[in-house]
Parts: sequence; C-alpha cells; structure tokens
Amino acid sequence: MPRHASITLTVNGEPVDAAFAPYKTLLEVLREDLNLCGTKHGCELGECGACAVLLDGQPVLSCLVLGLECEGRIVTTVEGLASDGRLHPLQETFADLGAAQCGYCTPGFLVTAKALLDETPHPTREQIKEALSGNRWKRLSKARRKASRCGRRPPHHRPQM
Amino acid sequence: MNIIGKPRRRVDARAKVTGQTIFADDLMLPRMVHCKLLRSPLPHARVLSIDASRALAQPGVYLVLTGGDVPIPYGILPVSQDEHALAIDRVRFVGDPVAAVVARDELTAFAALDLVDVRYEPLHTFAAPEDSLTRDEPRIHEYGDRGNVHKMVSLNFGDVDRALGEADRVFDDTFFYQGNTHLPIEQHAAVAAVDPDGKLVLWSSTQTPHYVHRALAKALAMPAAHIRVIATPNGGGFGGKSDPFNHEVVIAKAALLLDRPVKICLTREEVFYCHRGRHPVLMRFRTGVTRDGTITGMHVQTLLDGGAYGSYGVASTFYTGALQTVTYHIPSYRFQGCRVFTNKPPCGPKRGHGTPQSRFGQEIQLDKIAESLAIDPAELRLRIVERPDTLTANYLRVGTIGLAECVRRVTKSADWNNRFRKMPVGRGLGLACSSYLSGAGLPIYWNDMPHSGVQLKLDRSGGVTAFCGATEIGQGSDDVLVACVAEVLGIEPIDIRAVTGDTDLTPVDLGSYSSRVTLMMGNAAIQAAERARDQLAAAVSRKLSIPAERLVFAERRVFDSADPTVGMSFAEAVCLAEARFGTIGTTGSYTPPQSAARFKGGGVGPSPTYSYTASVVEVVVDPSTGWVEIPRVWIAHDIGRALNPVLVRGQVEGSVYMAIGEALMEEQTFRRLPPRLSQALVHKFPSMLEYKSPTTMDMPEVFTELVEHPDPRGPFGAKEVGQGPLLPIMPAIANAVYDAVGVRIDEVPITPEKILKALDAKAAGRLPRVGPGSFPNISWPAPLDVPPPWEGGDGTARKLEKGSEKVKA
Repeated sequence: MPRHASITLTVNGEPVDAAFAPYKTLLEVLREDLNLCGTKHGCELGECGACAVLLDGQPVLSCLVLGLECEGRIVTTVEGLASDGRLHPLQETFADLGAAQCGYCTPGFLVTAKALLDETPHPTREQIKEALSGNRWKRLSKARRKASRCGRRPPHHRPQM
Repeated sequence: MNIIGKPRRRVDARAKVTGQTIFADDLMLPRMVHCKLLRSPLPHARVLSIDASRALAQPGVYLVLTGGDVPIPYGILPVSQDEHALAIDRVRFVGDPVAAVVARDELTAFAALDLVDVRYEPLHTFAAPEDSLTRDEPRIHEYGDRGNVHKMVSLNFGDVDRALGEADRVFDDTFFYQGNTHLPIEQHAAVAAVDPDGKLVLWSSTQTPHYVHRALAKALAMPAAHIRVIATPNGGGFGGKSDPFNHEVVIAKAALLLDRPVKICLTREEVFYCHRGRHPVLMRFRTGVTRDGTITGMHVQTLLDGGAYGSYGVASTFYTGALQTVTYHIPSYRFQGCRVFTNKPPCGPKRGHGTPQSRFGQEIQLDKIAESLAIDPAELRLRIVERPDTLTANYLRVGTIGLAECVRRVTKSADWNNRFRKMPVGRGLGLACSSYLSGAGLPIYWNDMPHSGVQLKLDRSGGVTAFCGATEIGQGSDDVLVACVAEVLGIEPIDIRAVTGDTDLTPVDLGSYSSRVTLMMGNAAIQAAERARDQLAAAVSRKLSIPAERLVFAERRVFDSADPTVGMSFAEAVCLAEARFGTIGTTGSYTPPQSAARFKGGGVGPSPTYSYTASVVEVVVDPSTGWVEIPRVWIAHDIGRALNPVLVRGQVEGSVYMAIGEALMEEQTFRRLPPRLSQALVHKFPSMLEYKSPTTMDMPEVFTELVEHPDPRGPFGAKEVGQGPLLPIMPAIANAVYDAVGVRIDEVPITPEKILKALDAKAAGRLPRVGPGSFPNISWPAPLDVPPPWEGGDGTARKLEKGSEKVKA
C-alpha cells in the first residue's frame, strides 16, 4: 500500500484534513475520500467538464489536478453553492428553466457558471457561450444561458488545467 | 387544468442542481470491491486458452472470471440470444469481454488485467458489409439467414413495379448514413450485491431494468423472483443503456461468489466499444411521382452494418423501412432490408432507432424531387402529407397528424418564401419533416400483458406514493408520473413521491425506449389515479350527501362544484375512504391497441400514435473552406399536448443539439493498426477529445413551436417528444447546404472536406455531389406479399406459391 499523503485544505467553506494515496486526482479525493460525489467523471482526460470545481475561485478540471496540489487551497464544489439553507440563484434558475435534465453535467456547469458571474456579473451571450464551451452535455438549452444571466457576483472564466 | 400544460420545475430538479442525485458510480457500499473487464485486442479470433494464475497471485485480487463461469447465452431479442457475459471460445470484435478481474480497488484490478494470459488464434476480420455479404466463412455467428448475413427482410405492399411504371418520373437515389454513438456523459456503471436477506440486487445505469431482470435470471440460472434490479437515474441513455450488458452479468456473478458488493464503471473508451449505437446504413430509394408531386410508389432498400452481435438489430432493420409511409401518402411500397455481422462493436438502438437513416434519404430525395418538378419543397410536403385516421400501405395506423401545420409554422417563422433559393451564395435554408412512434406497439418478448403498470398508495396524511417500473433517464419520466397523478387527484406534485425502476417495488414498465413512457406510463397513471379518486369520491359523496359527479378534486381539497365551501381536505377524504373501504391502494395499466399489421415482420412500426416534426435550418457555408455554421433552426413539433413545456422544450433543443453532431461531425469509424502491431480493426476515435461532438459554440438559436391538438390515445392528449425532433434536422441541414452552395452531400457526416470536393466537381463541370455510388446487388428472398388496405387487404400476407425463387433487386 502506498504511503498516504496528508493535506489540509478548505472545502466548501470548511477546513478539511484529507489523507489519500498521493497519485490521486482532486476528483478522486473529493469523491472517494471526502464523500462528495456531486462532482462527476465523464471522460478521464479533461474534455467533458463534468469534473469542474472551483479552485481558489477559478474553474478547473479536477480530473487533471492532483490532490497534492491542493494543500492550503480553497475548493468549491456543487455541494457548496447553497448557503444558509438556501439554493444559489443559479441553482434556482437552472431548476426553474429545466437546464438540468439527466443532471449528470449539471454540477460542472453550475460551478463554471458561478465563476463566470463572479467575474462578469452581466455577461453577453457570446461570453456565456465561450465560458461554458468546456462543459459537455447532451442537451444544451437556452435555459443554461438564461440561467447564467440570472445570478450575479464577482470574477473568472473557463476551466483551465 | 392545474398542473398539466403549465411550465413547472421538474420533481427531481432540486436533487439534480444540488448534486444529490445518486448515480450508479456514486454508490458506496461497505466492503465493496471493484471489477474490470479484460477485452479482446483482436477483432475476430478463437480463444485457445486463458491462464489467470499470475493475476490471481497479485495481492488484492479476489477473483478472476472467464466464460465458463457464466456459460448461458442471453440477449435483448428472443431471436438474438447470441451474447455471453465473457467469451466462451470466440471473440468477435476488439473490445469483446474475455475475462473479469475483481480486486480491492480499481487500480489493482486494472493492473491485474495485464497479468491474465490469453492465447488467441486469429480468424478473418470482416471489416465492411461488402465482405460479410460475399464471404460466408468463417461465420461470425452460427445463426442468421446465411453465412454472415444476420437478417434479410423483403416486404411488398401493392404493385410497386406498376406504380413506378405509371409514374411521370422515377427518382433513384442512394444515400449513406455513417454510424455514430450515444455519448452519454455518464459512463455505464453498476453495483451488484447480495442483500442482507441473501438475495441478489443489481443497481445499474440501465434504461430497461425489466429486460435486465429477465436476462440475469436466464444467464445466472436463478429464479427471477430472487433477483432485484434497480435502475439508477441514468446520466443520459439515448438507447445506449437498453441492452442487458456483459458487465451487469459479470458483477452479479462475482457478487454471488464473493458475497461482497462488486462495482464496475466503464471507462469512456470502453463505452465507445460497448456502443449499441447508430447502424451505418447504405440505402437506395426509388420513388415514382406524378408531375404534381404525388407519390405513386416507393421502393426502399437498406443495408445495415450490424457489428458483432445481434442486439436490437433485427428490429433496427425493420425500422429502416417502417415509417416512410406515415408522413406522406404512399399507395404502394416495397421494402428490402439486410443486416450483416461484422467484427466491430455491435450496433443497436440510438435515438430514432433505424428511422433517422432512412428519413435522411427520404427527405433529401424529396428535396431533389421538388427541385426537378419545380415545386417548392414546403408546398410539395403539403400536397402529399398523409391524411388523419388512415391505415398506411404497411398497416400502420395514422391517427392525428399535425404535420401540415408544423410545415406552415416553420416556413412562416423562417420567412421561407422570401429566402429559400434567394439568399446570396454561402447562405441557405433547408426543410425536412419526420415522424416517430409514441411507443412501440409490441413488446420485446411476446406476451399479452400490459406494457406499463402504476400502483398508488394513499397515506392518511394526504401524501401519495406512485410506483412504476419506468426509468428516469433525464427525459423527465418521474415528473410525468407525478404530474398525471397530481392533476387527477387535485394535489400538488410535492405531495407525491415517485418510486420508479425497481423490479422488487414497482409494477412492470418495459423501459425507456421507443418514446413509450409518457404515453404508456401516463395512461396507466391516470387510470390508477382515477380509480383512487373514485373511491374517495364515493366516501365523500356519502358523508356530505352530494352526488359524486359534482365533486371536484383541486387545491388539495375535495369539494362541491355547486358550492366550493362545502368539502374537505384531500387528507380527510383519504381517511374517510380508508375507514369505509379499508386500505386504499389502486393500480392502473396500459396495453397498446392491437396492430392492424398481421404479417411476419409487422411487429415493428405500429404505435398507439405518431408525433410529427418539421424543421427549417439556416446554414452558412464558406465556399473556400467548406466550413458549415448553423445560425438558426426553426422546429415545430406536433406533440398533442405538452404536459410540461419546460421538459418538452428541453427535449426539442436537445434533439437539435444531437442532430448537429450526427450531421456535421460524429463518426463511429474504424481503422487497422499497422502491420508491426496486430493490424487489428480498432475504433478511430474512442475518446471525447477525438470523437467530435458539438459544444456551446456550435449551437444555433433554436426557435421551437409546439403544435398541440390533443390526441385521444395519449395521456391528456400527449404524444412523444424524446426522439421525433431529432429526425428532420440532419436532412434539413443537407438540403440547406444545397441551397447555400449548390452541392449535394448525400451522406453524413457532412464535412468540410466533402463540401470542398463537391464544389471542385461543380467547378469542373461534373456532378456536384458526394455520396455513395451504388447499392450492391443483393440476392433478396422472395417478398412477403401483403395487399394494402385499398386493395382489399386485411393485414395478412398472401400465401407464397410453391417453389418461389429468390428475387433479384
């Protein structure tokens, strides 16, 4: 058995001590060691966006980030979007407009959209399309774009390595 | 109505936007172990020996299974029980499962795969249908019509030769539709376990838990009553999760042997190889028309590249020739279809199931016919559209048909008359129409039982639980179930819990395929709810001395329509009824009406009702690069009634998305590894990086219009919407490309290379077309001759004469 690596990081606003096999990706740590299965895998190579989470507020593909890289960093997953018992406006609007169908890609979309709105509170249609172009789904709808206009806050754009 | 027809948040929306929906790979059970499959690296070979000793010696490896551990064959169709969980003595495609390793974690299992030593004896690789048609040995399967021909269909409805002879013009066109795959974002995943009572339970991302249930009982030689299959919410299915799978049988066996939960999740590459997707189809349409565009007769031939196993392929073959007749009136019709085996991942059902391919050919040919006869394509459709309440030449019952209105709406919205054939070079509009079943009229295995059942439990609190075997694959079936019950009982969706897709808890629903669930489950749900409502009404009526017919169920109350202040809460009504009648529980079920088609092969095509769709697509083609962009799509869908407009629009837009992928970029194609490796026939693009599918950047603006004339056969009048809207888009794109730059691409995908090639041909004075050259000369069997209704037919075939010869095409 490989020796476990130990790190401390902040996940969804809470300090967490995590111990895991050092070769694990952030996606695997979240799902297998921290019991946060909202973030999904879809392609194993960073193409589909289902694994998107926010790392220090920026969308990243967690399947391409090592768990070890997250020492002292701030991670936000779909489980951390709601606060004080209330859903994030993006979640409310996605729900209202039917942007979640099978729901498998939804967590990745939500965190990416949140990051966009945090940086650009009033994005244009083109800005939204570009920001979400790294997220794959099987039924893009207007709802996603409309929903992205309906939540508001501070910085960033597209999932990066 | 209070709920039906109103845009509403779907019942599982909150779970999905909070990431709480539990998909199969999210399941974590105590002591769970992991399974990985060893897959054949050769496309066709005998398996000579398997030595798992090195793998078993690895720490953390608990079990290695091979074919002999699960030797009973299974398959989705009774006529194609040709699959084994693990290869017995033959592998038939690169990716065919040969062995299974179960280990403490995924990495250990993966590493152990390399330590399973398999010796193979390669056999001839059948890479293309032409080879399978002409070479009978070695046989890929020991069954089928002959050699490597899996199935041949030959059906005749009326005198097509005479009809073509009497036509003013006969159009003869060949088209090719390349294979593509479903690409659900969720890979197939499943967990098998022995539950505390000692019974087998399988959670699986499947669209068809009932069929998986039956297959497991057969393959494991166990009583089905002691097996429980639970369909977890699918992260997309589209037909790719409708077969019973090797991995499901394997982990079930492993769980029984180890008495520990066993999980498997396929890699994305494995999903490409698992496939069961769109058959590549070569097709030939010979259509006779009069000068005004009326069709006199049509002769369709299709050749399907089936891949290595049967899957739904026999049904797929019939589907390529079934629905041509439900859109436009065709007085005489001949269909010949042929499916062959090849050494590639098996093809099966993908959204539209065999009909998109031939719809592509039919709608492009109509575009050519319109141009040749100098008739506007929209006008042509309106002239020949089938009439309502008609029996077609091949005995399909067309009931309501809103296609004409769909055509009128999209042409108006797209300003068709002012823009078609009138825009500058590089910009074009294309029109196409289509139709789809609202559920297959016949089940996968012959039986007389309902296709869908719903049970209701009414609690004294006023809460209701609705049980149904239907599977939520993202289309919103849970929401439809709840909405139908809520509407009838006059309560709110939040008062109802949907329990679905569990063979221990829910009555049988055949599964989420052929767009059957809204219609069949919906009707069953309404029946169950009405029976409950009637019991409550009887109890309330007696208590309040009001005739039951005057009682209204709304706003969580049961009250007198003549004086709404007189009544009681729904919960009180339940208690009253329970006191009077005992525990309240009702069932509802649905069986489709019997089909009019009574000939062999007539089981594919019938449906309680058909949806219709028309679309105009606008394209921009850059003649210097061949690049195609789609700025706008107008699409009108005859849906009968939109039960929840939010879900309906989602299906329409999602269909447009999928169609763009199929039309412009997706290809499930294969190449040979170089000679210094094995020369094996492998998938060219088995990853989401290389297999091109659209992103947000490729999506047009979609203008959706719903045509709602309630259909009496649908729940609250609803028809399907999950598959129909996909079908017209691909041919509309092809027709739009022709309008834009004057070239015909008679195949998909319509790539820049093909457009440039056709433009070059055009510039050189050659035929500006890219597409298949010809349809092969196939030795078809003598046709089943079924006189159409207007020739006094009764849906049965004429008896064959003794000594009838094989007929050439």
